[in-house]
Amino acid sequence: MPRELPYIVAINEAIHLEMARDEDVLYFGQNMATTENEDFVKAFGKDRVRVTPISETAEIGLAVGAALAGKRPVVELYMAEFMLVAMDQVTNEGNRFRAMSGGQVTVPLVLKAGYGFAAGWAGQHTGVLTNLFMGVPGLKVAVPSTAADAKGLMATAIRDDNPVVYLHHYLLTLEHGDVPEGEHLVPFGEAAIRRSGGDVTIVATGWMVDRSLAAADTLAGEGIKAEIIDPRTVAPLDTKTILESVERTGRLVLVDQAPRHAAAATVIAGEVAEHGFSSLKAPIVQVTGRDATVPYSEPLEAYVIPDEERIAGAVRRVLGTSPVAA
Amino acid sequence: MNEVQGRDVLDTMWRIRHFEERVGRLKRADEVHGLIHSSLGQEGVAAGVCRQLRDDDAVYSGHRAHGHAIAKGAPMDRVMAELMGRDDGLCHGLGGSMHLVDVEHGLMGATGVVGGNVPIALGSALAAQLRGDDAVAVVFFGDGAVQAGHFNETINLATLWGSPLILVCENNGFAEFTLRSAHTVVERVSDVVAPYGLTRETIDGNDVLAVWDAFGRFLEAARRGAGPLLLECLTHRLSGHYEGDPAKYREAIAQDEWQQVDPILRLQRHGIGAGWFGSDEAAAIEAGAVAQVEAAVAFARESPWPDEALIAEMVYAGAVDA
Ligand SMILES: Cc1ncc(C[n+]2csc(CCOP(=O)(O)OP(=O)(O)O)c2C)c(N)n1
Repeated sequence: MPRELPYIVAINEAIHLEMARDEDVLYFGQNMATTENEDFVKAFGKDRVRVTPISETAEIGLAVGAALAGKRPVVELYMAEFMLVAMDQVTNEGNRFRAMSGGQVTVPLVLKAGYGFAAGWAGQHTGVLTNLFMGVPGLKVAVPSTAADAKGLMATAIRDDNPVVYLHHYLLTLEHGDVPEGEHLVPFGEAAIRRSGGDVTIVATGWMVDRSLAAADTLAGEGIKAEIIDPRTVAPLDTKTILESVERTGRLVLVDQAPRHAAAATVIAGEVAEHGFSSLKAPIVQVTGRDATVPYSEPLEAYVIPDEERIAGAVRRVLGTSPVAA
Repeated sequence: MNEVQGRDVLDTMWRIRHFEERVGRLKRADEVHGLIHSSLGQEGVAAGVCRQLRDDDAVYSGHRAHGHAIAKGAPMDRVMAELMGRDDGLCHGLGGSMHLVDVEHGLMGATGVVGGNVPIALGSALAAQLRGDDAVAVVFFGDGAVQAGHFNETINLATLWGSPLILVCENNGFAEFTLRSAHTVVERVSDVVAPYGLTRETIDGNDVLAVWDAFGRFLEAARRGAGPLLLECLTHRLSGHYEGDPAKYREAIAQDEWQQVDPILRLQRHGIGAGWFGSDEAAAIEAGAVAQVEAAVAFARESPWPDEALIAEMVYAGAVDA
C-alpha cells in the first residue's frame, strides 16, 4: 500500500528496513549521535550506528575495509563535496578492489550524500558531481527524483555488491510522494518514463525532473507533447530507454544541473549521437548548469542553474517553433 | 594590552557581536541568503588575535568566518553586502558567508570544507619564509578539523620546515551537532600535536586579555622564526551550529552564567577597573558599533545585484580564447 511520505523519510525507511533485514548493514556518519538518528540508535544500537569524526578519508576507507570483511556499510556523508576530501578512497581504492583482485572480493557499501543545493550554500556546498562519479569504473551512481525511488534505490544500493554513490537532491528532501510500504526495490539501470509524449524527449535527473515537468506543462499549453525520461541511475545508464524514446520523438533535450562540460547530459548526448543519429530530426540540445562555480548571490545562482524557461526554450528550439537560442 | 588597544578590542568585539545578531535577524527575514554560521560568543578569539596582525600577515578562516573578517579589518559594509549577495560585497556576492576574502586586509580565504584551509595557510607561511620577511600566516579552525588527515599532514610539514604558521583552534566543544567526546578520546587539541614538539598552549578563549597575551607572545616568536605554534582557545558558541539550528542537542547557557564569562563584558569590567574608559564610554563604544552595523545594512541594501556577465569573467584569470 503506498502512502504519502517525504523523500527524506522514504530514504530513512529503506535504511531502517535493510538494517532490520540484514545485521551486516552498518550505518555511520558524523552526526549519528543527534536526535534525528535516535530511532536508528534505539533500534540497532551504537555498534551498528556509529559516530565518526570529521575524517572522511578514514571514514570511507574503513567502510571499504568493513565491506571487504563482509559488512554492508552505509556512510552518511551529508554533502557530496565531502567525498572529494577522500577522493582516493572513493575513486581509486574502494571502487577498484574487485577488479584488481580478479573478482575475488566484493565491496558492498553505500556512500550517501546530498547534492545540488540552490539556496545560497555557494561554491563548496552546491556541486552536482554526478558525472565525476559516473565516470569512475566500479562505482554505481543513483540519483532518485521521487520519494518512491528514493526508497527503492536505497534498498537496492544496500543490497548491491558494489560501492554505490547514492546522491539525494537537497531540494527534493521535503517533497512528498506515494511510497510503497514494506519491501520496495527499484532496479539499477532502468529508466522511468515520467511523462509520455511524442514530440520531444527530455532526459533529466533529480530536481531537474521537477523543473522539466513544469516546463512540459507550459509546453502542453502550446500543443507540444514532451516525453520525460528519468534514468534514476546514471551508472549503470539505461541508454536503451532513451534511444527508444528518441526513435519515437526524433528530438532530444538533455537537462542537467551540473556544469555543461561535466554533466551526465554530455555522456548521454554522445551515446545518442553514436547510436541514435538516424532517428534525430534536429540537433541535440543540452540545458545544463553553466561552466562556473555556483555563485552565492541569489540572482546569479538562479542564472547558472537551468530553469523552466531555459528548458522550454530549448524544446521550442529543437521543434523549430522558436528562433531564440536556448 | 594597553588602554588604546583595549578600546580597539572592545570596539571590535561589539561590532562582531552586533553584526552577528543583526545577520541572524536578517536571515530570519530572508534578506540574507544561504547557510550562515555565527561566531556569536567567540568574539574574544577573533579580536584578540586579529587586532595584533598587520595587513601583510595572512589570515585564513573556515565556515565561521564573519568575526575573523571584521577583526582583520574588512569593512563591515562590504562584509554585509557580501552576505546579501550584492555587487559591493567583498567578493561581488559570489562567495558569501563561508568564502569571505579581503586580500587588501590580509584575509586570504575562508572555506566551507572543514580543515581545508590549514594546509593552504602553511603555503602562505612558506611564501613568507621564502621572501625572507617577518610576516606570518594564521589559520583559524574548530576542534572538529583536528581529526582530519590534512591537519596532521600540515603539522608534520610545518614543524619539519619551521614555518611561521600560527594555528588558532577555537575549541567550542562541538563539531556541528556532536560533542567532542563522541569524536575523540583526546581532551585537548594541544595534546594531539605534542609529539611534534611545537610550542602549544591551551587558554581560556573567553578571556580576551589571555588571548591577547598568549597570541602576542606567539606572534613575536613566529616573527623571530620560532616555527609553527598552536594556540587552543576554549570558547563558547552562543548560537546554534548555523542560523536556524534549534540546537536541541545541548542546554542553553544561563544568562547570569554567560554574563560572567562573556568576553566582551569581561573586558569591559576590566577596562573600567583599570581606568581605560568609564562605563559611559564603554556604552558609547557599543552604541557606535550598533550604528555602524545599521549603516552596513543600509549600504548593503542599496548595493545592486551583481551582473550576470561576471560569471564568465570569473571562471578563468586572464584572457581565454573561446
Ligand atoms: C570536510 C568536511 N566534512 C564535513 C563538513 C560538515 N561540517 C560543517 S561544520 C562542521 C563541524 C566543524 O566543527 P569545528 O571544526 O569544531 O568548528 P565549529 O563549527 O565548532 O566552529 C562539519 C562537520 C564540512 N564542512 N567539511
